[in-house]
Amino acid sequence: MFAYIARRALQSVLVMASVAFVAFALFQYMGDPINQMVAQDASAAEREALRRVLGLDRPFYVQFLVFLKNIATGNFGFSFRVGSPVAQIIAERLPATLELVFVAAMFALFIGVPAGVYTGLHRHGAMSRFMLTISLIGVSLPTFLIGILLILIFAVLLGWLPSFGRGQTVQLGFWSTGFLTTSGLKALILPSITLGLFQTTLIMRLVRSEMLEVLRTDYIKFARARGLTNRAINFGHALKNTLVPVITIAGLQIGGLIAFAIITETVFQWPGMGFLFITAIQFVDVPVMSSYLVLVALFFVIINLIVDLLYFAVDPRLRVERSVSAH
Amino acid sequence: MAALLEVEHLRIEFPTRRGTLVAVDDVSFSIDEGEVLGVVGESGAGKSLTGTAIIGLLEPPGRVAAGEIRLMGRRIDDLPYEEIRKIRGKQIGAVFQDPLTSLNPLYSVGRQLIETIQTHTDLSPTQARTRALELLQEVGIPAAERRVDHYPHQFSGGMRQRVVIALALCVNPKLVIADEPTTALDVSIQAQIIALLKRLCRDHGTAIMLITHDMGVIAETADRVAVMYAGRIAEIGPVRSVIKEAKHPYSHGLMGSIPKINDTKERLDQIEGSMPRLTEIPPGCAFNPRCPHVFERCRVERPELLDAGATRASCWLYAHG
Ligand SMILES: Nc1ncnc2c1ncn2[C@@H]1O[C@H](COP(=O)(O)OP(=O)(O)OP(=O)(O)O)[C@@H](O)[C@H]1O
Ligand code: SF4
Ligand SMILES: [Mg+2]
Repeated sequence: MFAYIARRALQSVLVMASVAFVAFALFQYMGDPINQMVAQDASAAEREALRRVLGLDRPFYVQFLVFLKNIATGNFGFSFRVGSPVAQIIAERLPATLELVFVAAMFALFIGVPAGVYTGLHRHGAMSRFMLTISLIGVSLPTFLIGILLILIFAVLLGWLPSFGRGQTVQLGFWSTGFLTTSGLKALILPSITLGLFQTTLIMRLVRSEMLEVLRTDYIKFARARGLTNRAINFGHALKNTLVPVITIAGLQIGGLIAFAIITETVFQWPGMGFLFITAIQFVDVPVMSSYLVLVALFFVIINLIVDLLYFAVDPRLRVERSVSAH
Repeated sequence: MAALLEVEHLRIEFPTRRGTLVAVDDVSFSIDEGEVLGVVGESGAGKSLTGTAIIGLLEPPGRVAAGEIRLMGRRIDDLPYEEIRKIRGKQIGAVFQDPLTSLNPLYSVGRQLIETIQTHTDLSPTQARTRALELLQEVGIPAAERRVDHYPHQFSGGMRQRVVIALALCVNPKLVIADEPTTALDVSIQAQIIALLKRLCRDHGTAIMLITHDMGVIAETADRVAVMYAGRIAEIGPVRSVIKEAKHPYSHGLMGSIPKINDTKERLDQIEGSMPRLTEIPPGCAFNPRCPHVFERCRVERPELLDAGATRASCWLYAHG
């Protein structure tokens, strides 16, 4: 088990290094940053001086190593556009995105899993068919359209919920949270539904098909032959066996939520990292863009490590590799 | 005294778009307390379906369309789900073919035993665990105290089948339905498992319905044997009589012996042809296209189980005593 975790950790480091390289390469392909920093009429000597100060005259690999060292120590450089440290800008935006993603993920899990179990158990019921039809909409409608429709209905027509922004937030140290005010909570509803709907329906369909699969297995048949109650069979035996694939996909999807948040944040003017990224692209704010890439990759890697640990919690076959030979 | 299990005129159907398939047709037999009934027959003869119907686990759309199943005089084929569930495991245990896949891979064998014991008894968790340990020792798992917390994948096939047997017998059922319990196992282990099953059931007075293809196992283990063909019982009787002097031409061929009926002298080591598919069962006797003794009546009228000396056979050859 330890070896497995160590191997996964090493893989994560490699993934992070590759992403860092791409983020670094952004600087090289986005044109000469010196041009954006100096006045139009600066002389060649002035440009060279600045280049030397910023270390841009050094060899490519040295620059990359310096870049790696910087991001590893949380030094993401300065935004080209606003001039303040990228780390600070991101720290301001991060809570908004993480809270949105968290609520969307909870929504996806706590609606998706029970709905999947229900439709798996009552395969031919009218309610199951209805839920499956609805889920088709979730899978096929693009996110921005769902967001706009929700805004139209709940913000414009009914006026129940705000159509943009985070509402009032409360500052807890560096973290600004929307969980502690009514307007903050209300503001979370529409964006998190928009963001999580696709994942909800995906998880529901996955749990459903896994349930159908597991219910056909010999050990479920044998569990019935032992006279166990339906409750024990469906939830104790069947659901738990669907968890390994569900954890995999759910992990990937929650990572995906962070990336998809770009669209939702744009639709709802949500002051998060995705929104920040879009603005950064418009202004070719390379340090912000590359930091965003590195951070999103970091979240993906962390989620994957958590998924790996969950496997061990769920599946004993992974836990005890050595005793397989014992008879 | 009534038999432990009585199956009368059992008929199992599968409604399909192209009409109804009759997979088990007019099957009747009984099992006494503590008795071992062997059930043999070619693949697709309806052996497993009969066993599955007894514990009420036919998969829809399959259904018991006619007949009756009684356990200790009480009808059990028309019980509501919760009632038959309480009979499963407690009164009728089951062992299936594949021990590798019969256990839930995510729970320790102890947990699965304790869960089953607690479903059917009022034992406390500690008492149930003690009982689980005893059971593992009884089925011959070495170092049971340690093994009780191990997961199925940590056991070999033979050991897993022992665990499955422990699970099937954990609350002393009256009857165990063992559907090819050793087919998936190594030949060297098969005999041990059958011996174990037989010993345990003898010790506890448990009856066995032993479904198998292995005539050797039947000869050694069963008290009586039922030969099934195309969803019907061809012959049923004491194991010695069926093996040594089967009366039905099909079981006769199955036993690989020389027919002595009507002074026919030809050998019939192997029966020509194969069992008909469910959609192509001929009218009259289902065996008539393959039967060396077929005559007119066999093609029009279906034979009931008739007295044929020591056994009962569904064959017109025994129509007049
Ligand atoms: N769900 C089903 N739908 C249609 N026909 C079925 C279904 N299940 C079983 N049957 C048919 O019922 C017949 C009897 O099946 P059964 O499993 O009882 O055979 P068996 O005697 O146990 O054979 P084997 O020795 O291969 O286990 C077979 O012809 C099979 O095709
Ligand atoms: S009834 Fe006729 S066809 Fe059927 S087994 Fe007897 S002799 Fe053969
Ligand atoms: Mg079978």
